[in-house]
Amino acid sequence: MKPGLRLFYFLGIFAYLYLPIAILMVNAFNLNRYGLRWDGFTLQWFVAMAGNAGLMEAARHSLLIAVCAATSATLIGALAAIGFSRYRFPGRRLFQGTLMTLMMAPDIILAIALLVLFIVIGVSLGFWSLLIAHITFCLPFTVVTVSARLQGFDPSLLDAARDLGASEFQLLGRVVLPLLRPALLSSWLLCFTLSLDDVIVSSFVTGPSYDVLPLKIFSMVKVGVKPEVNALATIMVVLSLVLVLLSQLFLKEKEGNEKR
Amino acid sequence: MVIRGSTQLLVIGLVSSWLVLFGVVPLLLLVATSFLAQDPVEFFRVAPSLESYRQLLDPNYLAVIWRSVGFALTTTVLCLLLGYPFAWYTARLSRSSRVLVLILLMIPFWTNSLVRTYAIRMVLGTQGLLNKALLATGIIDTPLRLLYTDTAVVLGLLYLMLPFMILPLYANLEKLDYRLVEAGRDLGAGFVQIFTRVIWPLSLPGVYAGIILVFVPSMGLFYVATLLGGARQILVGNLIQQQFLNARNWPMGSATSVVLILMMALMLVGYWLVLRRLARRRLGS
Repeated sequence: MKPGLRLFYFLGIFAYLYLPIAILMVNAFNLNRYGLRWDGFTLQWFVAMAGNAGLMEAARHSLLIAVCAATSATLIGALAAIGFSRYRFPGRRLFQGTLMTLMMAPDIILAIALLVLFIVIGVSLGFWSLLIAHITFCLPFTVVTVSARLQGFDPSLLDAARDLGASEFQLLGRVVLPLLRPALLSSWLLCFTLSLDDVIVSSFVTGPSYDVLPLKIFSMVKVGVKPEVNALATIMVVLSLVLVLLSQLFLKEKEGNEKR
Repeated sequence: MVIRGSTQLLVIGLVSSWLVLFGVVPLLLLVATSFLAQDPVEFFRVAPSLESYRQLLDPNYLAVIWRSVGFALTTTVLCLLLGYPFAWYTARLSRSSRVLVLILLMIPFWTNSLVRTYAIRMVLGTQGLLNKALLATGIIDTPLRLLYTDTAVVLGLLYLMLPFMILPLYANLEKLDYRLVEAGRDLGAGFVQIFTRVIWPLSLPGVYAGIILVFVPSMGLFYVATLLGGARQILVGNLIQQQFLNARNWPMGSATSVVLILMMALMLVGYWLVLRRLARRRLGS
């Protein structure tokens, strides 16, 4: 491809990815309810959004689930990655296979599989069923991220610390965790995003008592244009922008560490 | 490494039980449910039955599944056609512009997919941007009906799935040894020859990874079909959702999902075969 054509092609792809989001964000400030033309600037949709009690409650639920799921999944995933590194145990292949299957399987399969499990063992659908489901689909990503970081890890650091008389806890707290920090932070951010983004799993494993954001948005926009949703979507886009930039910052930090 | 002895066993035990309890067991239960009898009142009746599989083979039901496969296939091919050159040129960019392009790709990827589907709907409406632009440039005289059509569903699926194709392709093409391309050029190969004989074969693992991440999952994205395709049940995901949440017919819903599981398994076997063949060829040469 000629350079000019190449630029055109790149711009075309980015226009496809960004124009719909941009229009959504512009309409969040548009006086015209249906976004048919620009009628002037307003913040009334943000006010309407904040005044929509159901929507705000769903947002609080979603944030709570995302924080809990990201924290638990990162914790469990990191422990798993540390525990599994350098340890050959029977069923290791099976373990890795299960992780990969969980990661690759379409969300809808995990969603209904967990729904069947929860009903069969009698877990009521709500906060806990949602949390378990979200931790489960986040877990493979944290294990992979932390394992990748552990592979680039110099084991002689541990020997050095041990020779200097560090206890196992000191090793974990003063050597391993600081070295894993970028991986832990970026996997936490990824899990947080995955959890907030999820529509499919949530729509099966939550009950009417615990509404979450994607479901609320889904039921609102199914019937037509809702300017409050535009306002909320704008906030979500800005949030994901911040999260991506943060995670890039952590990756930079990781590279900085390696150069030293 | 650090965690040893009993602590290590505890950690491995904890994580393995989590994966077994919330990963393996639910999947087995799901497959088992598909062999249970249907019940008009309860979700299912505990009695062995092949009724759901018989219904699955009903021509009307099969037609929906085939249509869904068609949607997924179209989406996958379009993702590959649009994504391959993108990944290739991104991999050839300078380091700093590569990071910028990847960040620009990540931002929509990290944005809620439901919100993005809703955004697509705004663009495609009769009063939406696309129609306005086409009218203004004089390409069309009357607004096109784009929303609630099959085209809208494909555009929506493509929109959500494109990064899933580009990222594995990029990861693969970035590692490609560019000297091979130069060697081909020095030996007098043209662009087509270099692509078909050097670049494409080496990028196959990336291509297959992208296909796996796009093809089967796109059949499950029921909300895209609901928001862009109107009322008709057009994706396997819609069928499953309807059986589980509306008809409350779990055996039928499970049998439908077994179709997806089988397709996924086939794709993974295909992927494994490709990797093995490439590894063999590398050993042979």
